[in-house]
Amino acid sequence: MWRDAALVAAKDLRIEARTRVALNQLAPFAVLVLLLFAFAFDAERTVLRGATPGLFWVAILLASLLAVQRAFALERPDGLRDAVRLSGLHPGGLFLGKVAAVAVQLFALEALLAVGVVALYDASLSAPLLLVPTCIVGALGLAAVGCTYGGLTGGQRVAETILPLLVLPALAPLLLAATQAFEAAAEDRPGEGWRWLALLVAFAAGYVGLGTATFGILLDDG
Amino acid sequence: MEPVVDLRGAVAVAGRFPALAGVDLTVERGEVVLLHGPNGAGKTTLLRGCAGLIPFVDGQARVLGCDLRVDRRSVRHRVGLLSHATGLYDDLTVLDNLRFWGRAVGAEGDDIDAAMARLGLDGRLRDVPVAGLSAGQRRRTSLAVLVSRRPELWLLDEPRAGLDAAGRDLVDGLIGDAARAGATILLSSHELDRAAVVADRSVEVVGGQVRPPPARAPEGAAAGASDVA
Repeated sequence: MWRDAALVAAKDLRIEARTRVALNQLAPFAVLVLLLFAFAFDAERTVLRGATPGLFWVAILLASLLAVQRAFALERPDGLRDAVRLSGLHPGGLFLGKVAAVAVQLFALEALLAVGVVALYDASLSAPLLLVPTCIVGALGLAAVGCTYGGLTGGQRVAETILPLLVLPALAPLLLAATQAFEAAAEDRPGEGWRWLALLVAFAAGYVGLGTATFGILLDDG
Repeated sequence: MEPVVDLRGAVAVAGRFPALAGVDLTVERGEVVLLHGPNGAGKTTLLRGCAGLIPFVDGQARVLGCDLRVDRRSVRHRVGLLSHATGLYDDLTVLDNLRFWGRAVGAEGDDIDAAMARLGLDGRLRDVPVAGLSAGQRRRTSLAVLVSRRPELWLLDEPRAGLDAAGRDLVDGLIGDAARAGATILLSSHELDRAAVVADRSVEVVGGQVRPPPARAPEGAAAGASDVA
């Protein structure tokens, strides 16, 4: 399973390196969302600064929808979904590979947006020992939830529109925990943040386990 | 020895309609069987069913010893399906595609190199993204993937489609070599004369069923119409 996961992740990242969709579309989209928030809250700079953790994660969440859609769009054309089902790849490995590739892209995006909120929102980021794990686990959780539902909807003709409807409600706990942990890190009170990070870890682990166990069924029925 | 394909009264449903309406078909190891019949008769569905991609809902359906009504997944990595679609990543090169699909079933680098050489993809084409290939070159790449995976059961849906004369000869050679190596081949084709040369026998698919072969002629009469070897 782990070998298959590495194979799939390497393949997806290689395609990304060739097509540069994350670089040319995902990153500009996420930065644009940050900019729009900045315009919307411009009159109240203190409000903007206080809302930074939530705005940061909303921007990442919206970008994650595009990243997941892109990850599953790779297998949509020209019989690739059937080819994947016939490939002999372990379904759990396939899921973990997809999650890893999306999570790597989201983590890179988080690094970019962290710079963005400092520059645009005048936010101060401290407690890196809490902030970095929060971003890593947050990216993993977003990727795991997205890929679980991406597997379910991947074969549907309306995948692009139905995916956000399924994913956004499921991500509410992640958004809450990641925002709270990020806020605790930004305000340099990490003690409170660790509890939220623990919730984030449990949420991400739950979806990684769920997706790994059920991806074969999702792939067949989706 | 158990047949490679053993379908008895097998029913498969596509949407709400039975795409296969009680198929009876037995294929022994090493046989090359040609499926023919009009468009929409169920040839492609039959091939996809044997690959474990479509559920059988009634009758008996065993392929490579796997009961497809109980478990469709176990058979999948042991079959190779060449369909109308290429099953290739457009943004990856020919070599990247072959490496990915080959390694998925544990194929060695030598197998991949040999398949590329056999299909004429070992020159400048190996580093060309699939999106930049012609239809025939894509077909060759799909065939190379199939060859490198060394499946026990080859399921070929119009394998010569889109190929030039040399490519068509190549397909015939691949089929012959695979059968000699012990693989079993089920192919559909509308080019009956050409396909009959490589097939041991042919069966007609009509209305989602395999039409029974005509009654055997009396001793001394011409050979049965279903024998094409």
